[in-house]
Amino acid sequence: MPKVTFIQPDGSAETVEIAEGLSVMEGAMEYGIPGILAQCGGGCSCSTCHCYVADEWVAALPAPADDESGLLEFAWEPKESSRLTCQIHITPELEGLILHVPEQQI
Amino acid sequence: MPETTIIAGAGQAGGQTAISLRQAGYEGKIILCGAEGLPPYQRPPLSKKYLGGELERARLFLRPQSFYETQEIDLRPDSEVLAVDRAARKVTLEGGEVLSYDHLVLATGSRPRSLTIPGSELADIFYLRTLLDVDAIRGRMEAGRQLVVVGGGYIGLEVAATAKQAGLDVCVLEAAPRLLGRVTAPEMSEYYLEAHRSRGVDVRVHAAVSAFSGNHAIEVVECKGSDGLDERIPADMAVVGIGVSPATDLAEKAGLSCDDGISVDEHCRTSDAHIYAVGDCTRHPNPILGRRLRLESVQNAIEQAKTAAANIVGNPLRYEQIPWFWSDQFDLKLQMAGISEGYDAVVQRGSMEADDFALFYLREGLLIAVDAVNRPREFMACRKLLPERARIEPSRLEDESIPMQEMI
Ligand SMILES: Cc1cc2nc3c(=O)[nH]c(=O)nc-3n(C[C@H](O)[C@H](O)[C@H](O)COP(=O)(O)OP(=O)(O)OC[C@H]3O[C@@H](n4cnc5c(N)ncnc54)[C@H](O)[C@@H]3O)c2cc1C
Ligand code: FES
Repeated sequence: MPKVTFIQPDGSAETVEIAEGLSVMEGAMEYGIPGILAQCGGGCSCSTCHCYVADEWVAALPAPADDESGLLEFAWEPKESSRLTCQIHITPELEGLILHVPEQQI
Repeated sequence: MPETTIIAGAGQAGGQTAISLRQAGYEGKIILCGAEGLPPYQRPPLSKKYLGGELERARLFLRPQSFYETQEIDLRPDSEVLAVDRAARKVTLEGGEVLSYDHLVLATGSRPRSLTIPGSELADIFYLRTLLDVDAIRGRMEAGRQLVVVGGGYIGLEVAATAKQAGLDVCVLEAAPRLLGRVTAPEMSEYYLEAHRSRGVDVRVHAAVSAFSGNHAIEVVECKGSDGLDERIPADMAVVGIGVSPATDLAEKAGLSCDDGISVDEHCRTSDAHIYAVGDCTRHPNPILGRRLRLESVQNAIEQAKTAAANIVGNPLRYEQIPWFWSDQFDLKLQMAGISEGYDAVVQRGSMEADDFALFYLREGLLIAVDAVNRPREFMACRKLLPERARIEPSRLEDESIPMQEMI
């Protein structure tokens, strides 16, 4: 199972294994990663599963669809590397993925 | 002795209360009592992706079973709370066990209103609240079959859309003059009527169902149309979605004050300081809107759960948020924020024909709500604008050359 690392705003990091096919958000829920709320449960409707993808990983992910981009533009302090973790699906290529959890979601 | 918190109801709000208590550093015992025999799961996909077979069952659960073990949450999915003795601070569970609590959280949710008319006991008439309900519906959903949905609310319309996409013949019967009458403005009702009709759903308003008939299983739905004539609509199955009632019986029996929902304050505390209530079962004050509300939404369940958990650990957090909700039907992603009731002007941005628009509701020039179809930016911008009671010129709101970012 690919390993994914979540880095909190205070710098603390947690690396977890997420099964292929699940979303990064679902993995975060399974391990109770703080700071990812995922209120709509992966429906791409709430923006509360926002994270920043580490720079070196941005290009490895398929570009966001318009509904995701629309939510992200108004997320808390969006950046070029912002993504909704419910829209990132785990594949073997994502082994080692690193994400930064924002200070708040909304 | 460590403290004990007992949570009655293991749904979205009950499950979140347990999760949030641990996140807030609560060190006492947590006993999470459910009545469905399952760990807490999400209901929204039940009428959407799960009904359509696009989401596996395991992915509905809020957390995997192992989470409750590692977090030392004593999850008892088969332990309905039958009675509360407030003086002794004890609850009685199904099976007779009696447990003491320091804090009790009522998260009993709501229950579908039942339709009692001739024939309502026939087979293949369903309600949609639980995973078991949907598994039963899915077992009967086959392309070519005739489904009648009774009730044109969000759940009914989502079921209609999902079933239509699965190849069933779908008819929606709504007794009121318009769809979504309790929850949205006439403009949106009209839009959804057209949206369903143009995608092949036979939607009828002013259609009051009077009886079901058939031999063992349902075969015909009888209803009275707007012209007063009786109609007989063939049906292989029916799904009834005519609203829910808050599950207040446990609270009422315990003598807590209730008013179409368990009455709570902004800290989610009931009339007994040791007892909180969260989620669909509550009626609560909204300081931003200046009125008391009962909501049936995931946001409300999650945020009230967090509020109660914070207060239990001694942080006097208040629940004060602008309500928001979503609904997915066909290719239409609806996102709503605020409460439009009482508006005196509506401003449209975008095109209804293209299924790409937002409606902004104003009262005395102030923005009070938004309904956005395939318009995440308008929805998100309003979530920021609504708490500030923003005053925005209608001519700016409808002008697509001005990005929403500039309105904030
Ligand atoms: C089909 C469907 C689609 C929906 N779609 C959306 C949507 O798109 N967006 C949205 O925001 N909301 C949606 N909702 C609403 C949302 O799911 C509810 O608002 C939410 O589940 C409320 O959570 P709750 O914990 O208060 O209640 P529930 O989830 O109903 O949980 C209450 C639980 O308590 C149990 N219980 C009751 N009494 C007792 C007792 N005495 N002892 C122990 N257990 C007890 C019940 O069996 C139940 O399991 C939908 C609901 C349904 C049914
Ligand atoms: S969980 Fe709601 S947008 Fe990702």
